[in-house]
Amino acid sequence: MSTEQRKKIIDLKGIVKKFYIGTPNELTVLKGINMEVYEGEFVAVVGASGSGKSTLMNIIGSLDRPTAGTYFLDGVDVTAAGDNELSAIRNRKVGFVFQTYNLIPKTNALTNVEMPMLYAGVNGRKRVERAKELLKMVEMEDRMKHLPEELSGGQKQRVAIARAMCNDPAIILADEPTGALDSQTGRLVMDLFHKLHKEQGKTIVLITHSPELAEETGRIITLKDGEIVGERAGLGHKPEESGVGV
Amino acid sequence: MLFYENVRLALHALWANKMRSLLTMLGIIIGISSVIAIMTVGNSLTTSMNESMVSLGANNITVYIQQKEEETETTEEGLKFEAIPRRNVSTTDDDLISRDMIENLCEVYPDEIYAVSVTENVGSGQITEGRKYANITFTGASVGAFVANDIKLTHGRFFTESEMDAGLLLGIISDKSVNNMFDGDPEAALGSVINVEVGDKFYPVTVIGIYKYEQSGFAFSFASEKNITTNLYIPLKTAKAINHTEGYTSFTVIVKDGVDPDAFAATAQNFFKPYYRNNRKFEVSAFSLTSVVETMSSMLGKITTAIAVVAGIALVVGGIGVMNIMLVSITERTREIGTRKALGAPNSSIRMQFIVEAVVICLIGGIIGIILGVTAGIGAAKLLDTVAVPSLFSIVLSLSFSMAIGVFFGYYPANKAAKMDPIEALRYE
Repeated sequence: MSTEQRKKIIDLKGIVKKFYIGTPNELTVLKGINMEVYEGEFVAVVGASGSGKSTLMNIIGSLDRPTAGTYFLDGVDVTAAGDNELSAIRNRKVGFVFQTYNLIPKTNALTNVEMPMLYAGVNGRKRVERAKELLKMVEMEDRMKHLPEELSGGQKQRVAIARAMCNDPAIILADEPTGALDSQTGRLVMDLFHKLHKEQGKTIVLITHSPELAEETGRIITLKDGEIVGERAGLGHKPEESGVGV
Repeated sequence: MLFYENVRLALHALWANKMRSLLTMLGIIIGISSVIAIMTVGNSLTTSMNESMVSLGANNITVYIQQKEEETETTEEGLKFEAIPRRNVSTTDDDLISRDMIENLCEVYPDEIYAVSVTENVGSGQITEGRKYANITFTGASVGAFVANDIKLTHGRFFTESEMDAGLLLGIISDKSVNNMFDGDPEAALGSVINVEVGDKFYPVTVIGIYKYEQSGFAFSFASEKNITTNLYIPLKTAKAINHTEGYTSFTVIVKDGVDPDAFAATAQNFFKPYYRNNRKFEVSAFSLTSVVETMSSMLGKITTAIAVVAGIALVVGGIGVMNIMLVSITERTREIGTRKALGAPNSSIRMQFIVEAVVICLIGGIIGIILGVTAGIGAAKLLDTVAVPSLFSIVLSLSFSMAIGVFFGYYPANKAAKMDPIEALRYE
């Protein structure tokens, strides 16, 4: 199946991001990015630190607006959205998975997973039902009453993935999801992404500096000095190779 | 976002930092409890004062003769000098209020006057019988005097109309006197003739009634139980005969329920004006206890309010404590705020979350403060020997005030949290 016939989830055109605009130390971090991600793709964005990965991720995740260019996320014009609209877009269309998990401290796993649904206005009983279902999917249902402090890194990241999934977002945006994990637990987390991609057809954007992890995805976009310098197909995920490492 | 969810979040956050929450609440607790305690004590004092005033006779009007104001001269500096140096002018029978005047007053205002109390003090003395004695004040009294002073007989009877007119030496003595003279046996006392010595003269008085002596809250006596001085009442006419007087320097009017004592005091004063128009030295004045009660209550109310305002300052200081801790809290929870924003929380919902948290701190502190304040108020009222009256008004006021403090001092930190940039907040270490 060719990618052109599928729905565009991410459509970035001529994205420029500048900081300290109008001051002597004006900085152009993104210099005209054109990038498209189609429904059901698993894409990796790689690049050294300082290449603009994080800035690009912030724009894709609707946390930030570009200085110039247009961005459509799942058909919605993000560049024209106000603060509250951006909140709503993040809430319903983006599932964030952070390197440092960012679970709400002193709040149990179940409540953490429920949180985005709270802001989406889902009622209490449905929230709990959905959160339990997702925790079961990431095999954390027996720890749903545990606080983040009582969970290991890998467990925390699985809860975070469940949280990212709860509003059934258009994309899952994972920023170095295995960066803080040892290779074995990192492997488990990566397997979970592959499972979501294959079994549920989720569109996933993985931001990483690790070439090995990027290689597992369907397409690798390489970023350097704020520009896309390379784009090629990845080797894809081969379950028999699982455990080889990060 | 749902309000209920915010309250749940706030309670959760407070529970997660128990010690800090408690210390923050302490300011509110101290503020609210002192306001409530002071208001409760103030209320209790006012109530008990009103009650004792009513028992003294709030419906009573005292009418008395008073020396007329003398001419005064004002100097250029504004100092006032009396033309004639003031001195006490003795009264003659013409100056006194006569029995006819009082009877006329009763005839003109039958709907207002319940009773008229007239007393005539003969002097202080003792009842003696061998080595037994009892200190007494020898007092002539009209029937109305017993009503006005709320005197209740435990044994025997009051004087009859004809006994009053006959001017007999009949006496109504206190239970204290009975204790001293008859070893507390009322049966022995009734009908017996007692020897009353007043001013070197002896009067044989036949006891016909015994009343229960009640210590007035406003006249403390340091005398021992045995030496206590009580009234021995004899008919008014008898006392008049002993004193060789005709008129009265003062009397008390008890107005009927529903009559404004203040207004009637003015009416009575006006009533006597014609009688004294030609009297150069004296005029008649009247006042009621109600006006005294009102003045004292309003004074007490003002004092209570003033102290409560001072206590209210503690509440404001407590509020600043809440603001301080909320600022610390949002700084500590910057990443949480960033995460919530990344996951789709709009600014308004973050703001609401922290305002609700501040309000919940203040409200819980307020409720604890009210419980402590009412308890302290009841304790203090007990020490002051009054009945505690927790003021519902002050409770409702403090609760709303503490909520207002929560909103007021919570808004700034909450707004700061709401305006955080999610990218910066997520990166915060």
